[in-house]
Amino acid sequence: MLDGFSAEHLARFQFAFTVSFHIIFPAFSIGLASYLAVLNGLWLRTRDEVYLSLFNYWKKIFAVAFGMGVVSGIVMSYQFGTNWSVFSDKTGPILGPLMAYEVLSAFFLEAGFLGIMLFGRERVGDKLHFFATAMVAFGTLMSATWILSVNSWMQTPAGYSMNEVGQFVPENWWEIVFNPSFPYRLTHMVLAAYLTTALVVGGAGAWHFLRGTAGPASKKMFSMAMWMLAVVTPLQIVAGDFHGINTYEYQPQKVMAMEGHFDSYPEGAPLILFGIVNEEEKRVDYAVEIPKLSSLILKHDLNAPMDGLDTIPDELEPPITIVFWSFRVMVGLGFAMLGLGLWSLWARYRRTFYESIWLHRAAFVMGPTGFVAVLAGWVTTEVGRQPFTVYGLLRTSDSLAPIAAPAVAASLIAFIVVYFFIFGAGTFYLLRMMGVPPKDADKIKLREGPLRSTGIHPAPPPRTTPAE
Amino acid sequence: MFGLELSFIWAGIIAFAVLVYVILDGFDLGVGILFPVTTDEEERDVMMNSVAPVWDGNETWLVMGGGGLFAVFPLAYAVVMPALYMPITLMLLALVFRGVAFEYRWRTERWKRVWDMAFAGGSLVAAFTQGIALGALVQGIEVADRAYAGGWWDWLTPFSILTGIALTVGYALLGATWLVMKLEGRIQRHMQRLALPLAVGTVCFMGAVSFATPFLNEEYFHRWFDWPNVLFVSVVPTLVAICIGGLFYRLRRMNDHLPFLSAMGMFILGFIGIGISFYPNIVPPSLTIVEAAAPDSSLKFALVGTVILIPLILAYTAYAYWVFRGKIDPAEGYH
Ligand code: HDD
Ligand code: HEM
Ligand code: HEM
Repeated sequence: MLDGFSAEHLARFQFAFTVSFHIIFPAFSIGLASYLAVLNGLWLRTRDEVYLSLFNYWKKIFAVAFGMGVVSGIVMSYQFGTNWSVFSDKTGPILGPLMAYEVLSAFFLEAGFLGIMLFGRERVGDKLHFFATAMVAFGTLMSATWILSVNSWMQTPAGYSMNEVGQFVPENWWEIVFNPSFPYRLTHMVLAAYLTTALVVGGAGAWHFLRGTAGPASKKMFSMAMWMLAVVTPLQIVAGDFHGINTYEYQPQKVMAMEGHFDSYPEGAPLILFGIVNEEEKRVDYAVEIPKLSSLILKHDLNAPMDGLDTIPDELEPPITIVFWSFRVMVGLGFAMLGLGLWSLWARYRRTFYESIWLHRAAFVMGPTGFVAVLAGWVTTEVGRQPFTVYGLLRTSDSLAPIAAPAVAASLIAFIVVYFFIFGAGTFYLLRMMGVPPKDADKIKLREGPLRSTGIHPAPPPRTTPAE
Repeated sequence: MFGLELSFIWAGIIAFAVLVYVILDGFDLGVGILFPVTTDEEERDVMMNSVAPVWDGNETWLVMGGGGLFAVFPLAYAVVMPALYMPITLMLLALVFRGVAFEYRWRTERWKRVWDMAFAGGSLVAAFTQGIALGALVQGIEVADRAYAGGWWDWLTPFSILTGIALTVGYALLGATWLVMKLEGRIQRHMQRLALPLAVGTVCFMGAVSFATPFLNEEYFHRWFDWPNVLFVSVVPTLVAICIGGLFYRLRRMNDHLPFLSAMGMFILGFIGIGISFYPNIVPPSLTIVEAAAPDSSLKFALVGTVILIPLILAYTAYAYWVFRGKIDPAEGYH
């Protein structure tokens, strides 16, 4: 079935496949963890039952999504070694400690407090329970911070030297962690996670409106989500702009591919809105373009000259068509989100926010677009970095593990089958849970789950525990 | 000189993380392995709930072991992972199945059985492949030119299958004794009855593995049987014997938590035994701890955080266990 492919292609495809599945869950759980912390805090402050019921409702959804994130993440942490062992040997001295910090400061924190957050309100009381929820949220943000530092270092390496066996050796940890693209990537990704979550929460709320099942809790969550969207989308677009300017400075050929600039423009480059990339003829056919706008955006000067792909040797160019399109998908969705956010503000002003069927329909349709934008953004980033794993320094083809193609083909097929089965089922459960409005969530036939495994009974005398 | 010490400190830390993983995830994988022994819904519910609040934390030690290796012994990570490609991939897939089962099985009535099977099967396969990985490591990995130099089936030998079975039985014992500690009534007695044959099995397989190991490699043989080494290292089997005695005695006496502690003791000692065989290699037969270590600046940078954070982690992990201490009450919870 996969006979024609080299071990390298199979390994790349396997990595792209597994990491794309993985990112879907953190993108949601980073945002949802923060949302839960906010809900829990509001419940503590106001003692308004709506917040508690929303908390309990999203908590169960979080538990399922988080579980999927954890198991797909564990796969990732071993895949560096199994499939990219040369990469691991060479970058280990730099990236390894960063990932170790992620485990120590993020994964343990999340996992340690997750049990208390899910099962322990009665056991530890409201305040400590809130603390546990906040720790889980903090953990997800720490996790994003470290892993994005890792990824950013691969995009814009800094603070290293090479040793005699070809390993990257740390020289300055500060420069490594805060490498040039890291602040931009972190901001952009965390905002993306918040947006993704807002869209899902808003989409679920909108669904309850459309079904006529919305109660006070559905209204509250719809409103909270739309506020979030209206506020965060503009910030995200600004962050994206800064991110692009930064990328233009450090990885010019990626931006050339994103923009479809095959040629250099000595007197101001146009912004190509759409067109068909023609890689063979090295041009964009049927281009719809705005003159000089690209120079304005990236250089803040209408007539600034910009180099194109003609200045880059062919073998150093990333696959242009993919990068060109994935970038447009992300940006297009970003503006669609902006539109939805503005619409929600207008509807509030007109006092049709809870009545406008079209607003609810739009919010429902936009529900999953955060995931699409996140994936499109990552494809732009990662494919645009090719043919390197460490930009400019280590080629993807030199990063590979010495594994025979049939072994990689077998594992790839296994991952595809298992992931579609497992995460397909999980997505189905998530959708079913979100389909039921919070006010009816307790009434559904299914038993609630492992929540409150141990109850409000007085705790039995402490026993020795195997914790250490 | 300092560098030498740093790499040994790190070898100790990684060994500690792996040991903690083996014990903690050992018992919750064991619970999964034992899942099929009952078909009673309520019994399965309490079995799963005895580990539900803590399994994620337990599994994080696996990420720590792998991530730690990547950080401080990148060469070892780069050699071992491709060598164990098949068992590791299988283990990861198995962990996917069992990990999601914790939530999925409560989200559906119709497919509950499917996720129960995923939980049991995933736990079984994960345990077995971990044992295989251990065996393959002990029997040695071929390295040439900073890379794995063997084939993709080298890990499969009678010895690695033996360690696979041994670890599976051992995890089941940990699981059974954990459940003896956490449950009450009929199911607890069921586990007590099961623990005895599992303990016998663990002892036999541990014996077989210990017996086979010195013959795999001459260095192992000398380590264990040369005079005066034999004097020092025989402490380990002696302590193992004491643990075994304790285990049987406590099981007979229907004691609640000492069987679990004794089983843990056996695991710790078995682990120390492996450490004695390995030293000073990190990947036998030829890659040493010092050779595989990352440069000093990496070791130092990572050590600072580790020294501060590991005690913290142990503290809040202990707290989480303490919050969920005591017997699981089946009458409560689920609406
Ligand atoms: C909800 C998600 C989302 C939305 C609406 C946007 N992005 Fe984005 N974008 C991401 C989610 C994302 C991401 C998934 O977070 C990426 C991938 C890697 C990264 O750092 O962020 C990303 C990457 C990324 C890059 C690549 C940087 C690099 O590889 O070095 C650029 C230039 C932009 N974005 C710019 C934008 C602009 C101008 C947007 C305006 C509409 C925009 N993004 C909306
Ligand atoms: C989570 C969101 C991410 C997605 C969706 C994603 C997607 C991708 C894709 C599509 C490729 C293939 C590029 C190509 O071969 O043309 C790739 C490659 C790669 N990515 Fe990412 N990536 C993500 C995050 C990360 C992070 C955080 C890291 C590092 C810590 C990383 C490390 C790599 C490496 C090492 C490769 C090289 C292997 C290859 O080229 O296939 N990725 N990624
Ligand atoms: C190739 C790159 C990546 C690797 C190796 C990786 C590794 C892991 C691992 C091992 C876990 C499980 C932790 C546990 O046991 O609790 C995990 C979960 C998680 N990862 Fe990743 N990850 C990668 C990419 C990303 C990216 C790009 C993000 C976000 C920006 C991210 C955010 C998270 C979060 C928040 C969790 C917690 C679980 C969840 O929220 O679903 N990871 N990751």
